[in-house]
Amino acid sequence: MSAETIVVLAPLVPVAAAVLAALLHRWPNLREAASVAAAIMLIACLVALLPSVLAGARPAVRFPEMLPGLAIAFEVEPLGLLFALIAATLWLPSIFYSLGYLRANGEAHQSRFFACFALSIASAVGIAFAGNLLTLFLFYEALTLVTWPLVTHHGDEEARRGGRTYLALLLGTSTLFLLPAIVATWVYAGTLDFVPGGILRDRVSPGVATLLLLLYAFGIGKAALMPFHRWLPAAMVAPTPVSALLHAVAVVKAGVFSVVKVVVYVFGLDAAGADFTPLVTVAAFTLLAASVVALRADNLKRRLAYSTVSQLAYVVLAVALIAPLSVVGAALHIAAHAVGKITLFFAAGAVYTAAHKTRVSELNGIGRRMPWTFAAFGVASLSMIGLPPTVGALSKWFIVGGAWQADNVLALAVVVLGTLLSAGYLLPIVHRAFLRPAAAGGAAHGEAPATMVVALVATAALTVTLVVFPDVPLALARGLVAR
Amino acid sequence: MIAEHLPALQVVLPLVAAPLIVLLRRDTAAWLVATLVSVAAFGIAVALAIAVADAGAISYALGSWPPPWGIEYRVDALSAFMLVLVAGTGALVMPYARASIAAEVSGHQVYLFYAMYCLCLAGLLGIVITGDLFNIFVFMEISSLSTYVLIALGRQRRALLAAFQYLIVGTIGATFYVIGIGLLYLVTGSLNIVDVATRLQDVTEVRPLLAALAFITVGLGLKLALFPLHQWLPNAYAHAPSVVTTFLAATATKVSVYVLIRFYFLVFGHAFALDGLPLRSLLVGLSAVAIVAMSLVALFQPDLKRMLAYSSVAQIGYITLGLGLANAAGLTGSLAHLVNHGVTKGALFLLAGGIAFCCGSTSIADLRGLSRRMPWTAFAFVVAGLSLIGVPGTAGFTSKWFLVEGALENGQPWIVALIVASSLLAVAYVWRVVEAMYLVALPDAPAPAQASTAASMLMRASTAVSVALTVVLGFVTAYNVGYARRAVALLLEGIS
Repeated sequence: MSAETIVVLAPLVPVAAAVLAALLHRWPNLREAASVAAAIMLIACLVALLPSVLAGARPAVRFPEMLPGLAIAFEVEPLGLLFALIAATLWLPSIFYSLGYLRANGEAHQSRFFACFALSIASAVGIAFAGNLLTLFLFYEALTLVTWPLVTHHGDEEARRGGRTYLALLLGTSTLFLLPAIVATWVYAGTLDFVPGGILRDRVSPGVATLLLLLYAFGIGKAALMPFHRWLPAAMVAPTPVSALLHAVAVVKAGVFSVVKVVVYVFGLDAAGADFTPLVTVAAFTLLAASVVALRADNLKRRLAYSTVSQLAYVVLAVALIAPLSVVGAALHIAAHAVGKITLFFAAGAVYTAAHKTRVSELNGIGRRMPWTFAAFGVASLSMIGLPPTVGALSKWFIVGGAWQADNVLALAVVVLGTLLSAGYLLPIVHRAFLRPAAAGGAAHGEAPATMVVALVATAALTVTLVVFPDVPLALARGLVAR
Repeated sequence: MIAEHLPALQVVLPLVAAPLIVLLRRDTAAWLVATLVSVAAFGIAVALAIAVADAGAISYALGSWPPPWGIEYRVDALSAFMLVLVAGTGALVMPYARASIAAEVSGHQVYLFYAMYCLCLAGLLGIVITGDLFNIFVFMEISSLSTYVLIALGRQRRALLAAFQYLIVGTIGATFYVIGIGLLYLVTGSLNIVDVATRLQDVTEVRPLLAALAFITVGLGLKLALFPLHQWLPNAYAHAPSVVTTFLAATATKVSVYVLIRFYFLVFGHAFALDGLPLRSLLVGLSAVAIVAMSLVALFQPDLKRMLAYSSVAQIGYITLGLGLANAAGLTGSLAHLVNHGVTKGALFLLAGGIAFCCGSTSIADLRGLSRRMPWTAFAFVVAGLSLIGVPGTAGFTSKWFLVEGALENGQPWIVALIVASSLLAVAYVWRVVEAMYLVALPDAPAPAQASTAASMLMRASTAVSVALTVVLGFVTAYNVGYARRAVALLLEGIS
């Protein structure tokens, strides 16, 4: 099978899984088996692409033109492959986790859930493979729309309100800022293709370039830069597997991935004359402000959501420094945060399923009842803070290196301060769980269903594994800045 | 032999069918004739479009009287494009009409509906195809008079009021139009479009021309529901039978826009028409108000059909906006939106008709929990709604793209802001319905009487085709954007 065939096939695999999920409505086990098979096939497809992309090949597919001169096009480059690999790899444990969660909590509309879940992965792969801005935009909007039924899954007033905020902010930013930015790029540059070195150089004045940069950065609302971050906490009304895979991995990573991609392939590492200082400032502010909010949040999922906002700002900050090292760090942090945060959400969902608790203040002593869950939580917390022996340390290393390279002391200070803050909002949870005595009374409970525990231990193990075997993500991240 | 006379047949066929239907009187026979004629008209339109694409514009002298003395039928890239839209809509709604009309129109009037529909189709196709200014007026009256009757066929008594309202406004519009061409005739002594355009180049006394331009703009503005001349439209769309609303929404206002475009670019010439009077800023200004204000009004409508009607006024604003931008990208957006909005709004009104057919109401409050009762309809509404919003991958996106590009090329970023803001309002009013359908359960909703007759199967087939078109035209853009670009090339070449 040629690389081009695989490129077309990869997004279709999860689409097939979605169709099967709908068709196999009456046979839940078969339905989930189909999803698992699709996840494995997707991973296989992506791994098959790996050697050639690392060797410098860029398998590309162009479909017939959609607008004159503008076609839907796929082109697999290192960053896209990295993002797709993360999404696909974490999809697999998410399926096991979801089936445990949905069945244990007696959720309705399970087929719709699995179908939309698979479609989200398909959209994420579409974003990852996008060969031009039009394709990116197409799948970006599709991702918003197919995740809406997941966010509003419960169908009550709270879910409706969350869903409205979700749509309003994501569609609002993409329509108000991203679409005009893309059309303006088309008018100025005459192309929307992603080209190493950028397409805007010598085409626009520095002022326009800076304006475009800000339109892109805020237009990609999925990157959750303040003040357009509120959709992410609002999306926490969704069932936890959705928060875990989509709002720690697929959706938010699609956001920062798009920002990195636009910076690297539209502006280029020599910035096309744009002034990146405003973006650095906004990212730095978001990083710190979201951490402070997380510090004060008592609802566990809300705390994790604001932690995500803050961690996404690391990626934007790193890429906005446009030093080669920090761009590598940004790419690595997409991977590092994904495996860490999905574990934390998995743990939060396990606590909800087993103990029906949602607040941090209720977690005293729970670690002794759910040792596997909270051991995993602890490991993932280390990764989130950026401590060895976890993959978070690796990405933070590169980001700090990049800040040095860019000679930006302010960014350096922000990264250090952010690290301290993240320790401040995560470690107390681990401390409570293991070292504080449990409150008297309360129903006896043990761990959550086995499928959930297996999934979250697996992702926690991945945070350590990626440090021991960092070759693939590191090579892909480096491929991004290599000319 | 026949191929040579296709331009005449395009109009004559539905025109002859109307009295034939009155003579037949039987409902089934009437429907059969109307459907066959619609399909045949669509076939002719496609054949003409292919012929024009291959060999350039066709000029057909009616009764063999050569123009400018006789009436000329003229099929060029622009009119072929419109013929396909109008005839295609007819062919799409007629299979749907069988069950829908039987349910919505009193029994003894059913055959009259089909007769009036054929007249209306003939009138609209005639407006598009003729190359004679006065002939446009004649066909405009044929289509308008039949439209008044079609609207009045609505079951509620308020339909009569809506029809009367449209009658008054439509008559004023047509009168203004005649005054306008009267002035043109006074100056040039001709009524043939090509001939008038040639003679106008030598005219030095521009005052009567400006008056003509003003009368024609206002007259057609009434017919195409240009804000603030749109008052007739929401009532007419809300109270007419569903099939009529669909057909009118996709064709009638679009044809009036087409006539306006012809006047601006192929009769007066772009420079004179848009700069002689401050029409550029007038069109852009009014359109800008329309797309934002009417979307806001749509947001607060309690009834689905009324909401869609107000949305139509807003969407017509997009079309006239592109006209006011008057560059290649803006015009492409305008013309593409004629098709894109026609298809999209057509699909939505067909869905609304289906909902009325099954549930007996189109009030948004009664749509609660519809996703359970009519899952396919609810899903199709989401798809067509996305096209109305202009999400990438749907027909609506392509026209929005060109309008934004046109505004940027003109250096008017505030128009870009208005266009995108109004798509957000579209998100709001579409999602209000989607939320009602999907997220609010109606506790004791009775399952609809699923009368799965052959007629209702035809309804579903029509709806499915139109909804599918909203997506297909988002990816395969040769038939909306492609043809629009060809027509724009013709328009801009016509600039004197």
